[in-house]
Amino acid sequence: MIELSNLSVHFGHAAALRDANLVIERGDRLGVVGESGSGKTLLALCLMGMAPDSARLTGQLSIDGQDMARAAERDWQRLRSRWVAMVFQEPMAALNPLRRVGDTVIEPMLLHDGLTRRAARDRALSLFEEVGIPDPDRRLRQFPHEMSGGQRQRVLIALALACNPMLLIADEPTTALDANVALRITDLLQRLAREREMALVFISHDLAAVARATEDIVVMYAGDMVERGRTAAVLGAPVHPYTKGLLGARPDVGVAGRNADGKRRRLPTIPGSVPPLQGLPEGCRFAGRCPVELPQCATQRPAFTQTEVARGAACHLLTEARHD
Amino acid sequence: MRRLPANFLLGAVLVSLVVGVAALSLIWTPHDPQTMSISTKFAPPSAEHWLGTDQLGRDVVAQLMAAARNSMTVALVAVLLGGSIGVALGLLASALGGWVEDGVMRLADLGFAFPALLFAIMLAAVFGPSLTNAVLAISFINIPIFARVTRASANQIWTRDYVAAARAAGRGRFAISRDHILPNIAAAIIVQATIEFAVAILAEAALSYLGLGAQPPASSWGRMLSEAQTLMYLAPQLAIYPGLCIVVAVLGFGLLGDGLRDITDPRLARAR
Amino acid sequence: MAYFLFRRTLGFVLTLLAVSVVVFAVMNVLPGDPALTILGMDASEDALAALREQLGLNAPLVTRYVSWVWNALQGDFGISHSFRVPVSELISERLPMTISLAVAGMLVTLVLALSLGITAAAQHGRAGDWGVMFLSQLGIAVPAFWLSILLVMLFAVKLRWLPPGGFAGWDDPVAALRSLILPTVALALVQSAVLARVTRSSALEVMRQDFVRTARASGLSHRRILWRHVLPNALVPIVTIVGMQFAALVTGTIVIENVFYLPGLGRLIFQSIANRDLPTVQALVMLFAAIVVTANFVVDLLYVVIDPRLKARA
Repeated sequence: MIELSNLSVHFGHAAALRDANLVIERGDRLGVVGESGSGKTLLALCLMGMAPDSARLTGQLSIDGQDMARAAERDWQRLRSRWVAMVFQEPMAALNPLRRVGDTVIEPMLLHDGLTRRAARDRALSLFEEVGIPDPDRRLRQFPHEMSGGQRQRVLIALALACNPMLLIADEPTTALDANVALRITDLLQRLAREREMALVFISHDLAAVARATEDIVVMYAGDMVERGRTAAVLGAPVHPYTKGLLGARPDVGVAGRNADGKRRRLPTIPGSVPPLQGLPEGCRFAGRCPVELPQCATQRPAFTQTEVARGAACHLLTEARHD
Repeated sequence: MRRLPANFLLGAVLVSLVVGVAALSLIWTPHDPQTMSISTKFAPPSAEHWLGTDQLGRDVVAQLMAAARNSMTVALVAVLLGGSIGVALGLLASALGGWVEDGVMRLADLGFAFPALLFAIMLAAVFGPSLTNAVLAISFINIPIFARVTRASANQIWTRDYVAAARAAGRGRFAISRDHILPNIAAAIIVQATIEFAVAILAEAALSYLGLGAQPPASSWGRMLSEAQTLMYLAPQLAIYPGLCIVVAVLGFGLLGDGLRDITDPRLARAR
Repeated sequence: MAYFLFRRTLGFVLTLLAVSVVVFAVMNVLPGDPALTILGMDASEDALAALREQLGLNAPLVTRYVSWVWNALQGDFGISHSFRVPVSELISERLPMTISLAVAGMLVTLVLALSLGITAAAQHGRAGDWGVMFLSQLGIAVPAFWLSILLVMLFAVKLRWLPPGGFAGWDDPVAALRSLILPTVALALVQSAVLARVTRSSALEVMRQDFVRTARASGLSHRRILWRHVLPNALVPIVTIVGMQFAALVTGTIVIENVFYLPGLGRLIFQSIANRDLPTVQALVMLFAAIVVTANFVVDLLYVVIDPRLKARA
């Protein structure tokens, strides 16, 4: 089990991630959405112990009961691959070009699980089959430049699964791929998480993909978790103005199953962009871009308010409504 | 104005020092560098002889200054001579293209097969060792280096719109090379020349040390070192000063060249 | 692939031929009459005629060139004028010294430069990085022969740990190795200054690439990532420089042999220049140039071994 409580990340004085709270258990499938600059990739890197050197972590990040927020690189090395693993955005450059992909995939097995080369090769072979790489025997011996983008992403997924991690993080795994391939990779990740009873954190711009792949969702804005809940519920009836903005105020978009045609939906644009770290507003970080403006928005940070079981948002509108 | 890079500043200081001393030696040295005086040989540093005297009683400071002048002259002539031939060949290759370009580049490849020392050895075997041969050998190895740099930079400029405009206006290839290409690649050539200046100083010192360069009585840091080597039990200090001078001069021009490149090509500077 | 090999080999052979033409021309055409160069101005006409006959100078230039190349290919470089023995014999006696020096120098250079360069890259922006960069900047500016003199003054004259120069032969291997330590160090320190720089910047470039992050995410240690993933990818530019450095290294052995009075080819060249022994100089210059050209050829082939992507394209 992985638990974040009040995890914040500062660069200098600026908080790039504020008070993140999260519990991830085996079999959970969690989507994390938000524009670029929202802190979702930083969140993923924190879960891997790979936040930049200049980042200062506060709060708690516990994996298997150990607090890892200030752990040494050496300790993280033991957890990566076996507890947490990650698939990155850009499959083209994410594989060592001078190595046969098979050698890349078996390396963590030899290192962490102490397998023999033979056993590791057998496991790699079945992993390649599991992630849908045809003719795995031949593929293992190929170099990355001999494979397509989709195949490379499957190799990277196989690499991430090499040591049966408890949690797989996929950071924009489909952005660099064309629409059809992206859809299949999304489905693959979802299926793998279910079949292996593995947790999946799926980070994406693509609300349709998140809707397909996940059961729960966290919406992030400028380092804050602004809304969360069941994926269908949040995307079906968003509460936070930012989530509404993301959905383009069209309540039908992104509800699970609606986009089975595989069309990629670009995020409808919200005017403006996430402000830079140094120029964040005092109060609610969305103030200024938000269509609704209450007097306290500019000065007071909205608290996260639970509206139902496992559902809530951080917005002054919610507390206003309560007072009425 | 961006702050000047540290390597440029340090290089400029060292280069001014060496060039300044070399220029000063034209009008003044503390003693005549060649005057011998057996009675004061191996004199320790004193007010009279700042760094003492050598095995023939010659003033070390005066010799170092004269050697600096010789070293700068050799490097200047070698880089100018080899550089201008190389630049001309590079411009020609770039302007004409086709088999001319191929031919020039093959010749340049051929030039790389001969380090300066090998070339100097051949010339010394045929004509006897002399400073002129050393200069010729160092110039020779500069030709392919400048030809390559010039061609590579010039080929980029040839693709620019203003060159296309000049061609459309009916200007000849050589006129364009002179008026448009050369001014635009000057920075790259100057950077290369500064770096090759450092290489030439090192080469002259090595050749003179081996007896293939400056002949007695001409002063040269390299020759001073070869004399000092035979005296290192008697007067080890004599093997220190000329070496330090070489290091300061080479380091100076090397840093200056790096600094100039950082200034003229910020893209490269960032890539580091 | 076969086509690539064919083209490269052809280019290599053509370059060697061109080099031989240059060497032959400089040594035979520039001096006018080589016999006069060898014997000097006051030689008798009879002696000159006899030497011309012995060197085959009466034949036309082209014939002389062809027979020089043809004989050289069979290992016959003519007779040394000053030693009165076949040049090939002189070369084979002295080759082991020069080869040992060059190989030892290259090995020490590689070990030093790769470890310093990778360490500097790993420590990017911190003290270790600055230290390595400073030392290498300095090392580039230090002439090998001066460094040799300083090393001799310290380790031979002052501390008396190692001999100041000379070589007593291979019969006593310990003594032979001891005589080679200072020359090798002098040769390698200067060379590794350049290579350490290239290694560092090349490694830094590779460390920015995505696959390094993938390797880290797989739980690999820093050390393993640096040596198993970063270094092989950084090798292409490193190998280029190593190829070019081989020229400097070969020249370096000529200088170093003369500093330490080692009986190798470099020493032989200088004896031959002093003796006006043109056939020997010509053979040695050709040999050194051929080594440089061969080194560049080998580098071209190495690229393909290092990078499978080039194999696909080649």
